[in-house]
Amino acid sequence: MNDTAAGAALTAQSYKSSYKPIWCPGCGDYSVLSSITKALAMIAVPPEQVVVVSGIGCSSRMPAYTSCYGFHGVHGRALAAATGLKVARPDLTVLVTGGDGDGYSIGGNHFLHACRRNVDLTYIVMDNHVYGMTKGQPSPTTEPDWDSKLSPGGTGVRSFHPLVIALASGANFVARAFAGDPNGTADIIAQGIRHRGFSFIEVLSPCVTFRPDQREWKKQVHPAPVAATDDPARAARRIMTDDGFNIGVLYAGNRNPYPTHRGGTQVAPSDLEAEFEL
Amino acid sequence: MQATAETEAPTRAGVPARAAGSGVSIAIAGSGGSGVMTAGTLLLNAAAKAGAYGLMVRTSGPQIRGGEAAALIRLGARPMESLDDRFDLLLAVDWQNVNRFADEIPLSAASVMIGDPDEGEPPEVFKASGARLVPLPLKSMTKAISGAWTNMLTLGIAGALAGIPTEALQSALRESWKRADTALQANLAALQAGISLAAGIGGVPRVTATETSARNRWLVSGNQAAGYGAIRGGVRFVAAYPITPATELLEWMAPALAKVGGTLLQAEDELASVNMIIGASYGGVPSLTATAGPGLALMTEGIGLAVGAEVPIVVVDVMRGGPSTGIPAKSEQSDLSFAVNGLTGDAPRLVLAPTSIADCLATTQWAVHLAEELQAPAIVLSDQFMGQSRAIIDRPADLAFTGKRLTCPSGTVDYRRYRNTESGVSPMAIPGTPGVVYTADGLEHSEGGIPSSQSRDHRTQLDKRERKLVQHDYGRWWADVEGEGDAAVITFGSATAAVREALVRAAAKGVKARLIAMRLLAPERPIELAQALEGVHRVLVVEQNQGGQFYRYLRSMYDLPRALSSFHRPGPLPLRPGEITETILAWSKR
Amino acid sequence: MPRTLTELMAQALVMENEAAQRYADLADAMETHNNRGVAELFRKMAVIERKHAAQIMAEMGWKEAPPLPKVAWEDFEAPETAPADAVHYLMTPYHALEIALANEKRAERFFTRLVRMANVESVRKAARELMAEEREHVALVTAWLKKVPRPNKNWSEDPDPPSYTD
Repeated sequence: MNDTAAGAALTAQSYKSSYKPIWCPGCGDYSVLSSITKALAMIAVPPEQVVVVSGIGCSSRMPAYTSCYGFHGVHGRALAAATGLKVARPDLTVLVTGGDGDGYSIGGNHFLHACRRNVDLTYIVMDNHVYGMTKGQPSPTTEPDWDSKLSPGGTGVRSFHPLVIALASGANFVARAFAGDPNGTADIIAQGIRHRGFSFIEVLSPCVTFRPDQREWKKQVHPAPVAATDDPARAARRIMTDDGFNIGVLYAGNRNPYPTHRGGTQVAPSDLEAEFEL
Repeated sequence: MQATAETEAPTRAGVPARAAGSGVSIAIAGSGGSGVMTAGTLLLNAAAKAGAYGLMVRTSGPQIRGGEAAALIRLGARPMESLDDRFDLLLAVDWQNVNRFADEIPLSAASVMIGDPDEGEPPEVFKASGARLVPLPLKSMTKAISGAWTNMLTLGIAGALAGIPTEALQSALRESWKRADTALQANLAALQAGISLAAGIGGVPRVTATETSARNRWLVSGNQAAGYGAIRGGVRFVAAYPITPATELLEWMAPALAKVGGTLLQAEDELASVNMIIGASYGGVPSLTATAGPGLALMTEGIGLAVGAEVPIVVVDVMRGGPSTGIPAKSEQSDLSFAVNGLTGDAPRLVLAPTSIADCLATTQWAVHLAEELQAPAIVLSDQFMGQSRAIIDRPADLAFTGKRLTCPSGTVDYRRYRNTESGVSPMAIPGTPGVVYTADGLEHSEGGIPSSQSRDHRTQLDKRERKLVQHDYGRWWADVEGEGDAAVITFGSATAAVREALVRAAAKGVKARLIAMRLLAPERPIELAQALEGVHRVLVVEQNQGGQFYRYLRSMYDLPRALSSFHRPGPLPLRPGEITETILAWSKR
Repeated sequence: MPRTLTELMAQALVMENEAAQRYADLADAMETHNNRGVAELFRKMAVIERKHAAQIMAEMGWKEAPPLPKVAWEDFEAPETAPADAVHYLMTPYHALEIALANEKRAERFFTRLVRMANVESVRKAARELMAEEREHVALVTAWLKKVPRPNKNWSEDPDPPSYTD
């Protein structure tokens, strides 16, 4: 996939479908949709060459709102489906979208292994620290003292730090973005798509309905103080001491992506019989 | 319990007369902050205070807030657990996207539609029913009362039309009020304005209650009832993962469990939650989780482990539209095949199904009791209709059964966890008890619990695990068997209410049939069913799914009369008594 | 800081187009949530912004938009763009106009600053004109606001809880 001007006629609108999102007005996901379409326009890949894979949740509704191919699968397994797709069809541009509940809770296991495997995917998580679609339960990134019906008084469990996990597991590109900055987010997504290997972009995307306190995020986010590093150890130190609001590409590494080329001598299926012949 | 009387609305020419005991059916619809759910809830509360019975079903568009919504309410003099064939009154605060609910709010020429002319015309699909339209400027009338909400005006109109006494409506409003007192006064005024308006309308059946005390009645949802039944059964550990429509059951249990000394733990997914409850139960604490189809699918390996290792657990499946992600917020009875068959290997397990919202309590409690006594997993098939709807019910009787696990005292000599006893139930040592340690295992094992691939051990253990369930005396709880005649209708779950009502209507037309509402779906009960079917030559099976799953299951497990029919259709629309009555009448003629 | 007239007008064009797109998106969101009054209002504003964009194109003699610059705005987005989180499903037309007014005021301030800081005469002149236009828009929206009823105190109260969908 290259960024030639071949698709020069493509604008962000070219990647939007006619379906109107059902997200609550004010939801950060609207901006992420816009950022994804802008990023794809920057890369100028034809929409039919892109597949958006998702799981279950508000953010996972994303695929149908784009004019790309889409796969709306089951809860937490988007990365597995996307891995199968990309390995079988390396020519496609595969984006994976979903929320923090879908991605870090039930999807946690697949997240670890997707980072390890380093297949050339771009994983965009819209993190709002809550399960929105089921009406407001704590997710792995929720603060331990956030009160809810399912965990009254708070879970008391330390929140998940997805960027640390991603880096430690081997993701080749780790970034944080903010839905309130759609142009900046579009840039980061475009970089992630261009970067070979598993690109992980955590987008802080406020939930106006269940986390109205997240309106404050726009005052707390700030550009990451240093440029992205390709040194995992340096990135690890930075991310471990991160305040959760550093925006930018934090790590862009040089690991080879999971090989998808089909090399080796090709034989006809019938040639395989040789092994059995007496 | 005092009976409440009803008067019927005058019938209109060309419209079939309503069946006796139909009560009144009211739909209140609107969008974006119009508060129709609250109005419906208050109407149900008021009806309860007035001594009536009732049911409220919620329906809404896909938006989380501000979407179009409708409260579907049925009130009457007897317990109501099914919706009627049509609505007597549709009260729309506005018409935005309300046509989405056209299939769920069937109207006829005898129905009354109240709408706000400033909000435009009712959608064609509602007008086509011939319902009488009564335009009322609801929004501007509300505006005239400073600080009032339109839904309180609609509550007054609907409540008064249904015959709910003013005191009951006011009391319901007052009790629910959490905001400033000035606002309460404004809304009481709006309520009164609505009540006054109703006087000029009419044409809606009324529920006239003579019992003014709501003592001995509950207002409860199926999910709440199931949660409480679990606690009554002895559950003190729950692992939870949110999924529509089971989340509310778990959210109800979180503080409730804490109050009785139990714990609820939010799991990372359903694979975790089923294994967590197995762990807790192995440790001696009766445990439960609740989920829906997709979650149950994930739990199958865990349920199999509970079978093989003989660890009691209860999994409540609040069934929703399937397959796969399906229709999360709608009801269907399509997980039956999966529940009774969906484990690998020969894996006997308990499957139960509450027959009503009220029965969610007893059946869940019984499930805990059975799981504990038989050291096996129990799947409770509830559904979205029962789980998320609220009904006014008679206070359920206190039931004698509570979970009783056969444990093992510390002095036992030659303890073998999986000893092949006559009943098939072998004492289960609780960790911490000296002298009787063992390792639980999903691998096939000897009586001592050591993994084994020996034929003798496999056959012994397979037989033990089957025998303990099949030989157990389940008593009279396995099904509700009612009525007489040489025909029988067999059903389960939320379909029961509609079938029961249909049978009453059919009897009024001279067609008699028995009702067998099965509560214990697995293991099968051939002797009991044969007894219930004595003298029966024709059987009709009624269920809400595409594949006739219950019909096929019964055919595969039971000897049934050759004259066997099936009425089945999938969700998302609930089964209604009228369609079943028609089926029964047509069937009786064959 | 635009150094040529073309750069300035290209930036102004970006502002109008992004503002229009945002109003259109917000109108869709409002319509999906049954808030027709505000949806209509946002659609009107989208049309108005598109007109402004068309005016710029006409003045510059552009048949097609030139390659649009990547501008580092002071805030996250262009000054005239309504913030995506400024909306609420129960908002009233008054709120929508308040948002529009804030947008126009920010745009006016943007051009005012440019007038002060520009060191190319053609840029300064054009910026002055754009500033004056935004000032007109501010006046128009202010007048419009006066004709629209103020929201009551409880405008955001929804008696019903959120719904299950998935």
